[in-house]
Amino acid sequence: MKLGKRSFIPFVTAGHPDLESTEKIVLALAQTGASVIEVGIPFSDPVADGPTIQLSSFVALSHGYRFSDYIQMIERVRSETDVGLIFMTYLNPVLNYGLEKLDREAAAAGLDGILISDLTPEEYLGGDTTTDGLKGPQGRSEDLEPLGAETSRSFGSELPGPFDSFAFQRLETVFLVAPTSTEDRVRRICDASTGFIYLVARTGVTGKQTQIDRSLPAVVGQIRKFTDLPVAVGFGIRSKSDVEQVWEFAEGAVVGSAIVDFIERNKECIDLAGRVAGFVNDTLLPRF
Amino acid sequence: MVNRKTLLPDAEGHFGRFGGRFIPETLMAPIQELEAAYLQVRDDSQFQKELEERLRQYAGRPTPLFLAERLSDSLGVRVYLKREDLCHTGAHKINNALGQALLAKRMGKKRIIAETGAGQHGVATATVCALLDLDCEVYMGTEDTKRQALNVFRMELLGAKVVPVDSGSQTLKDAINEAMRDWVTNVEDTHYLLGSVLGPHPYPMMVRDFQSVIGREARRQILELEGELPQTLIACVGGGSNSIGLFYEFLEDASVGMIGVEAGGFGKQLGQHAARFEGGGPGVLHGTFSFVLQDENGQIASTHSVSAGLDYPSIGPEHAYLREHGRVRYASVTDDEALEAFHVLSEVEGIIPALESAHAIAYLIREKALFSGKTVVVNLSGRGDKDVETVQGRDREK
Repeated sequence: MKLGKRSFIPFVTAGHPDLESTEKIVLALAQTGASVIEVGIPFSDPVADGPTIQLSSFVALSHGYRFSDYIQMIERVRSETDVGLIFMTYLNPVLNYGLEKLDREAAAAGLDGILISDLTPEEYLGGDTTTDGLKGPQGRSEDLEPLGAETSRSFGSELPGPFDSFAFQRLETVFLVAPTSTEDRVRRICDASTGFIYLVARTGVTGKQTQIDRSLPAVVGQIRKFTDLPVAVGFGIRSKSDVEQVWEFAEGAVVGSAIVDFIERNKECIDLAGRVAGFVNDTLLPRF
Repeated sequence: MVNRKTLLPDAEGHFGRFGGRFIPETLMAPIQELEAAYLQVRDDSQFQKELEERLRQYAGRPTPLFLAERLSDSLGVRVYLKREDLCHTGAHKINNALGQALLAKRMGKKRIIAETGAGQHGVATATVCALLDLDCEVYMGTEDTKRQALNVFRMELLGAKVVPVDSGSQTLKDAINEAMRDWVTNVEDTHYLLGSVLGPHPYPMMVRDFQSVIGREARRQILELEGELPQTLIACVGGGSNSIGLFYEFLEDASVGMIGVEAGGFGKQLGQHAARFEGGGPGVLHGTFSFVLQDENGQIASTHSVSAGLDYPSIGPEHAYLREHGRVRYASVTDDEALEAFHVLSEVEGIIPALESAHAIAYLIREKALFSGKTVVVNLSGRGDKDVETVQGRDREK
């Protein structure tokens, strides 16, 4: 993905306040010089998100859009801009739509990548690469054959799990690293990622941070040991000085809740898209 | 012979294709810390002894296995009730709450958070936190705090803080969302005491282990009383902790049938019930891959049951596994059938059951012909004091 030094990565929730507006906002954000735009696909139970993005998700869901509506929006946006576009979402809507179908259709529409907040590299790649934790079964040792004889026989015909024979072929993958991730996990996350690495600026939910964790540059150093992919930092980045600070040690700065909050407060205004671009230029993007 | 494949779950928490860990990376550190701590105490005889002692002295275990003679006579089925309603705080929830709180104490955690729907798990958690001198905050959907005002006060009496959750449907699933958000923000000093066999690994395994005391006792008791194993076990299934707690010890006993009873609510349409196996499909909610009630866009559906404890859109992953392998059968009963059973058991045995447990009784009453002349064990997972107002309201509507 196109993510050079000093990349700005805004996030918006698709369908907030409605999908027409989102389309215009995304195009306006592309004009501000954003490198990649994260388009949040709303989910009814967004456990990784704070109140701002939760609210925007519920507004978006109230319209009843289908996944294909979001893909069609990407197609229209792509016809007008080269900006990087990724979906940020949760697993269930993606599973429901179909992993392969999404990979094929969204890539054809011009989407570059996908970040699934509740997908771990273990589930995505399979757990065989485990090097920490305990290997082997964890059932209680005294329960040697917990199932009746009849059912034990059917073990050979286990149905596959969601990722047993699937990896995204066309969409690039983005996985989260947290300041609390162990080195082994950082390695696995880097193995699973093909787009960029998304470093969570703090442990908590989106939009809550007041100060950037001082350990972040060290975590970026750890990431660089395992991958040449660019690193973006997000969760709680909400000012010019935050963005500048992040740019000192990572390629990209992601701003989500601050923008979504601005959209929420100005959703009734005419030329919402223009206002959002103005907000980004005035309060988030450092000038030289 | 050890058949290692049957030692479930595997190291990543999978029960066949179900279970696992589907969580944001920020939750991974506390989940791994919890997993490591639990695996340690599971094989620690001192910990297990302490837990056993608390269950005996404080929770009132073992609970009786009671032959319900009048019910048996009227159904033509030999019915035993596993009396979890006689546990301290009135339901099986205390078994798990004690286990996890003792574990949290060992981990050096000072603060416990929990979710609750009807309030039973919240009360059990608040209770053990008082006992063990831990700070306690319970997340509860605003809608549920209104429906279960008495349990809110009960938790407050026990020294817990009840935090109303306004987001989403303002019920149990939203309380879980909020508890997970709290946990990622306060991982250092906080343990999330999840109340059922749900969530990311190791919760489904750990909660099952803590609840399996029900089946260990029941199996020993029925052999003492009857000299043979029962034909069938019946239990209600919300998240699925009381049912897995009863079933687990019997899974090797191929002759013993098992039936999990879901909440059929008042209709078959999405939103009218909580029968995940009838109206749901495979999906991910709250960190685990299982059966989930969802709409055509993969958004989690709202659910309904007269029993708040069964009113949840997903089900423990081990249940999905046991169903897929045909080891446990699942069925549902309606609100009305459960309410009828609530009255029947109260009148013929002098036991007012929780509306959750009344679902298991209702299934037995409806399908009595299947069990004619046989011995059946029903898990009476909780007592119905909390439900008398609901039932009174429903009776007046008639």
